[in-house]
Amino acid sequence: MNEHEVIETLKMIQEEKLDIRTITMGISLRDCADENTKKSCAKINDKIRRLGGRLVSVGREIEETYGVPIINQRIAVTPISLVAESCSDTCDYFPFAAALEQAALEAGVDFIGGFSAMVHKGMTPGDRKLIKAIPRALSETGRVCASVNVATTKAGINMDSIRMMGEIIRETAIATKDRGSVGCAKLVVFANAPEDNPFMAGAFHGIGEAESVINVGISGPGVIKSALEKIRGSDLETVAETVKRTSFKITRVGQLVAREAARRLGIPFGIVDVSLAPTPSVGDSVAYIIEEMGLEKCGAPGSIAALMLLNDAVKKGGLMASSFVGGLSGAFIPVSEDLGMIEAAQQGALTIEKLEAMTSVCSVGLDMIAVPGDTDASTLAAIIADEAAIGVSNNKTTAVRIIPVVGMKEGDFVEFGGLLGRAPVMRVNRFSSSDFIKRGGRIPAPLQSYRN
Amino acid sequence: MKAIITVVGKDKVGIIAAVSTKLAETNVNILDISQTIMQENFTMMMTVDLSKGRVSLKELKVQLSEIGNRMGLVINIYNEELFNTMHRV
Repeated sequence: MNEHEVIETLKMIQEEKLDIRTITMGISLRDCADENTKKSCAKINDKIRRLGGRLVSVGREIEETYGVPIINQRIAVTPISLVAESCSDTCDYFPFAAALEQAALEAGVDFIGGFSAMVHKGMTPGDRKLIKAIPRALSETGRVCASVNVATTKAGINMDSIRMMGEIIRETAIATKDRGSVGCAKLVVFANAPEDNPFMAGAFHGIGEAESVINVGISGPGVIKSALEKIRGSDLETVAETVKRTSFKITRVGQLVAREAARRLGIPFGIVDVSLAPTPSVGDSVAYIIEEMGLEKCGAPGSIAALMLLNDAVKKGGLMASSFVGGLSGAFIPVSEDLGMIEAAQQGALTIEKLEAMTSVCSVGLDMIAVPGDTDASTLAAIIADEAAIGVSNNKTTAVRIIPVVGMKEGDFVEFGGLLGRAPVMRVNRFSSSDFIKRGGRIPAPLQSYRN
Repeated sequence: MKAIITVVGKDKVGIIAAVSTKLAETNVNILDISQTIMQENFTMMMTVDLSKGRVSLKELKVQLSEIGNRMGLVINIYNEELFNTMHRV
């Protein structure tokens, strides 16, 4: 080991905010189904306690062993719509959210994901009950995260479920209006949702997964930004190569931590999610990386090309470094959680329309975007439909996490606090989509899905 | 377990003595040392073996940073596996 390599690693950890963003334990709750709601909730609590009880302490031990900060430990469970559907004694799934909240509290995790339903083609009574319970679940719990998959490349786009989600987002915003409509920050509407994503709020334990699994999400926008600062003025081929090499190094650390966490917990290792996940703190921004490439502000013409380069190079470096890469893997562009994005949106460089276009080349979608509180349900639904179309047509995950902040208008500023950050309320196109959304039905799967 | 210790700060008498005395007291074996002066800064890197040591990595870290505070140095200790993972395929 030479001095240069040692110092590079120390700088990454101490100055450039290299960290393991999350160790997420996936837990199957399929064996917790019961005809009786109380019994089912008790089984859920027991199981999460049994499997997840040591998660946080093991995370701390690994942090001490390797000196790499591990920011969050989280739990993802089987979509609750599947677990709760056997209960014949209730139409209200809120008790399941309360059970998850209690289990998360006892395990010491800040978020638990999986208050979820998969309705990309159709909806069962259980799915419907779950979706109806989302506003109350997100307003009366603090740690529970909800997600709903409304489209896949294989099945097409379920416009009935999208219409419903537009209304649910509005209801959730109103239910949490005294807290900046923060409930919506814990609700993700997906197209092509990954079953092994460790990042919140969209994490759940997919039905193709094992009994339990350890997935690790890495981060490090600051490390990439610093690496690019050293090659100012060089051509974009060199930029791509530098991002790739740096991503490799970051991912190797993620792989080390994931293997070690799996070993210590006696649970199989699932995947490493190679993502650049920003936080609202200085030096941890994806927008700043894009600006480092030579754009005055994130959102300026050229931003999509820069983001495409970044997203692709991150994946290429990561794939070589880990035996299993999964989840979302790529660059995140959540507006409220990224200092550079916040500034760009405030200064008018970044609009919702530009963000939509950016989502066709990055790993997720319209993420953590605050819009005026009077944005109506059909407009929210139509925004979701547009994102779903981008995901479905491009064989990729897209997601919408949008917050119509009750009582606020364009240009206002909402504070969510903590990792959820703060966001400028962005302008929404004022022309109506309501007749389009009213039609309902399904948009058929695109030609590119017919591959058999 | 092997670890890498780095010591950076203003050069003065007794830095190596202070660090190596602590390692001897705790029965941590020094496998390799390199030391140089970079831009007037004393810079030392040590590879050590903790397997027969009387302290854990965490305890040694605390004790070394006490020396660092006393002598105006920045002393880090990290598990060697971290560096190997990141820089060796």
